[in-house]
Amino acid sequence: MSGILEFVKGCVRQVLSGGRAYKAWMAFLLAMIAVGVVSYAHQATTGLIASNMRDDVSWAFYIGNFTFLVGVAAAAVLLVVPAYVYQWKPIKEVVVLGELLAISALVMALLFILVDMGRPDRFLHIAPLIGTPNWPASMLTWDALVLNTYLGLNLVLVLYLLFKTYRGEHYDKRIFLPLVLLSIPVSISTHTVTAFLYNGMAARPYWNASILAPRFIASAFCSGPAVMIILFQLLRKAFKFDIKDEAIWKIAELMSYAMFLNLFLLGAELFKEYYSATEHLLYTQYLWGGIGEHTVLVKYAWLSLACSVIAFLLFLVPQTRKNFLTLNIGCVLIWAGVYIEKGMGLIIPGFTPSTLGQIYEYTPTRMEWGVAGGVFGIGFLTFTILVKIAVPILVGTFRAPERAHGHAPAAGYPVP
Amino acid sequence: MTPNKSLPVLSDADAPPPSPRDGVDPIGDGPLDPARRAFLRTAAAGTAVAALASCSSGVDMEDFLRKHFKELSPDELKKVLAKVEKRNQERFGKKTTVSAKGPQPGVEYGYGLDISRCVGCRRCVYACVKENNQSRTAPQIHWIQVLEMDKEHGVDLAHADLYYEADAVPRPGKFYFPVQCQQCRNPPCVKACPTQATWKEQDGIVVIDYDWCIGCRCCMSACPYGARHFNWATPNLPPEELNPDQHYLGNRPRPKGVVEKCTFCIQRVREGRYTACVEVCPVGARKFGNLLDPESEIRKVMETKRVFVFKEELATHPQFYYFYAT
Amino acid sequence: MGYVRPRIGALAVVAALAVVPGWAGAAEAAPGATPKAPAAKATRPEPKPPLLVQAEAPPFSEGIYPCSACHAGMPKNGTRRELVFHDEQQAIFDHGADQRWCLDCHDLQDRDVLRLANGAPVPFTESYRLCGQCHGDKYRDWRVGVHGKRVGHWNGEKTYFLCVNCHNPHSPRFKGVQEIVSGGKKTVAPTLTYLKPEPRPKRPEEQRR
Repeated sequence: MSGILEFVKGCVRQVLSGGRAYKAWMAFLLAMIAVGVVSYAHQATTGLIASNMRDDVSWAFYIGNFTFLVGVAAAAVLLVVPAYVYQWKPIKEVVVLGELLAISALVMALLFILVDMGRPDRFLHIAPLIGTPNWPASMLTWDALVLNTYLGLNLVLVLYLLFKTYRGEHYDKRIFLPLVLLSIPVSISTHTVTAFLYNGMAARPYWNASILAPRFIASAFCSGPAVMIILFQLLRKAFKFDIKDEAIWKIAELMSYAMFLNLFLLGAELFKEYYSATEHLLYTQYLWGGIGEHTVLVKYAWLSLACSVIAFLLFLVPQTRKNFLTLNIGCVLIWAGVYIEKGMGLIIPGFTPSTLGQIYEYTPTRMEWGVAGGVFGIGFLTFTILVKIAVPILVGTFRAPERAHGHAPAAGYPVP
Repeated sequence: MTPNKSLPVLSDADAPPPSPRDGVDPIGDGPLDPARRAFLRTAAAGTAVAALASCSSGVDMEDFLRKHFKELSPDELKKVLAKVEKRNQERFGKKTTVSAKGPQPGVEYGYGLDISRCVGCRRCVYACVKENNQSRTAPQIHWIQVLEMDKEHGVDLAHADLYYEADAVPRPGKFYFPVQCQQCRNPPCVKACPTQATWKEQDGIVVIDYDWCIGCRCCMSACPYGARHFNWATPNLPPEELNPDQHYLGNRPRPKGVVEKCTFCIQRVREGRYTACVEVCPVGARKFGNLLDPESEIRKVMETKRVFVFKEELATHPQFYYFYAT
Repeated sequence: MGYVRPRIGALAVVAALAVVPGWAGAAEAAPGATPKAPAAKATRPEPKPPLLVQAEAPPFSEGIYPCSACHAGMPKNGTRRELVFHDEQQAIFDHGADQRWCLDCHDLQDRDVLRLANGAPVPFTESYRLCGQCHGDKYRDWRVGVHGKRVGHWNGEKTYFLCVNCHNPHSPRFKGVQEIVSGGKKTVAPTLTYLKPEPRPKRPEEQRR
């Protein structure tokens, strides 16, 4: 038990030590969280009327962020697949970092659900055994189930691996590998179930298209790895982290395929809507061209498309893919493109016009931005802390005291 | 129009004696396991309440440990109802009676709305607000939404206006299409609810337990009729306008952050009365009755007129019918 | 045109047909008289005789009824012509005006009753029978509660309104109604003006706190 206490103490030390840039970053995140807390306090006292959500647009910015983050969480772990297929050397590191990102994204996603709830104090009513979950009929119960399973799975994996490595022990491949492999279908199912949450609603023709879940997966394959590419570069610089350029380029290449698929599916959707031009066209039209004077979303839609297309081209052409400046620009563009697409472009047109044909143009209030900022602050803080602990363990600079000067075999590589 | 008060009303002696079990018969789903759940809840709630009570005001240990409405024993139900009355007294300084009268056997409610009669005067909208204790402003909650439509386009939501203003109705070239909860036989809202806080009763009324709703608004996304409304803030309900005759699953005052909807005036219809919107409609466009009674007005409508349901392509199978009498 | 005897010679057309309270029970073909036997079926556990109560009709115009008060002493003239008295009825008259005039519905012989097309007299309390002889479809709908309005109990006592509660017989196209008190009871009477709608709902963007 003292080992665990020692581990926790060591973690705290890791988190508290750092350079000036690290401390500035942490201060910035804490400031964001403070803004979030103040904003949420306002929302909790006034009610959700402090947001711009109304009966007509009853889910909006929070749920859009939730959707995006589920995508990030799902895709982060999917890097395991190329890591195995292409036999990258630092596969364990790739898996762990992906899972850390997934954990942080899930924390944010769940927090976005919580801040969107009218009665967060009753959240246990959805819990199995102690509550009365409407399972299996309600897609939200499924979503809660898979998200929490995924979160739990990632936490177990990461803790197991990191603690073993910290103790200088070898991890057991017979435990580790099945769990990693299990996390792949679970990660896909999180995003699929989240898509089904919208997809299953016949009342909202904009979502009620079978193409929705495939599009979710395709766009998630873009947004999740974009974070990882940037992270790998940062870690290579800061620590002696052995990730080859080829691995990064391979991810970028895979992202360009995913983005192609995403754009292709988008084109298929647009064709169907505009060519058949039924009454269901209105929602798509609201996003891409506006309805009458109601054009709030149009600029976001085209901006998102531009970001996605440019990023696709940057990642497709080998010269720009292998140039780290254009690669990183591409990552940012992909992130922005998918964020807008899932944040504003998916949820709000589903509600505009309303089921009774009325148009209410939603834009988030300052309070909603504040709360969202706070949630992102918490998520990034989680991620920063986790990385700050995990990376020294992985590179071997943070070890159990009794093992620190013993033989540290190749940083916990699996027993052959 | 108000009902003629001087007329003798149906005496209570005719009605079956009110039973405390009324309204608590489980509907649809099989019985849950109350004992096991209660145990787990007690175990889990201890820690959860401690964590929550500090950050969320108004959280009450008793509410937390409470069972689902359908699991309540008659005694527990009595306590819950007394508590609602006590809260009403605290909140509005008024004595109220909160019933949980259950569905009558052999009754399935049906509603008919005559599109050729409705003139769009919105009397129903405000009679409903008054009867059902909705929030008056910010948020303003209307369970009935009257759409003005163009005769040129027919029932077409792309040409529907909820916010029409006029000195006199009906306006030339327009007709009116009121929408409220359609009490679907296949309710997408009930399917979407993650906590079983909303369900369909045996008489067809889709109800919500406002003390069980977590405010996730899945049901609002799922409802094709815009019939569900959210308390975006604590309802703004002047005490002097409070309707004291209340039903637990109907018009009792709602807390902040929960969803509400039309219940066919459950507090009235389960006592045999017409809904408030039927009584107020100056043109008699609204018809209500028991679908299982061949002599009821709604059955006569269905037999003599051609009825249609709104958004029939969604297969929600409403118990709310529209018709054109002429 | 020529036959002008204001006051006593006027044709006693009432502002709206009306019911003398005591006559309510005489209603033969009113909804209450509809045979209700099929209602008592096993599907309804407690079959109750549906109690149908007729609403109070709008009152007659001041000083007009009984019509015989003036008409009793006047010569009976069945020739269609424009009257000099009863201006308010003539001004609004819009009930098949090309084919119809006063004595198609009001009885020449007994001014205190109405008459059917076949000449049979109908008391004012049963004016719906007169309406029903032309508007048979509406009449049938009304008798079963499909046309018109009922208040009270869906499974018990209910009050039904008469044609004249909502339609002015001289200008029957529905315009509006207003609440009135007649015979000490609340009821409704038709108006000649259209209804003004209640305020529009607040738009979502107007709901802030």
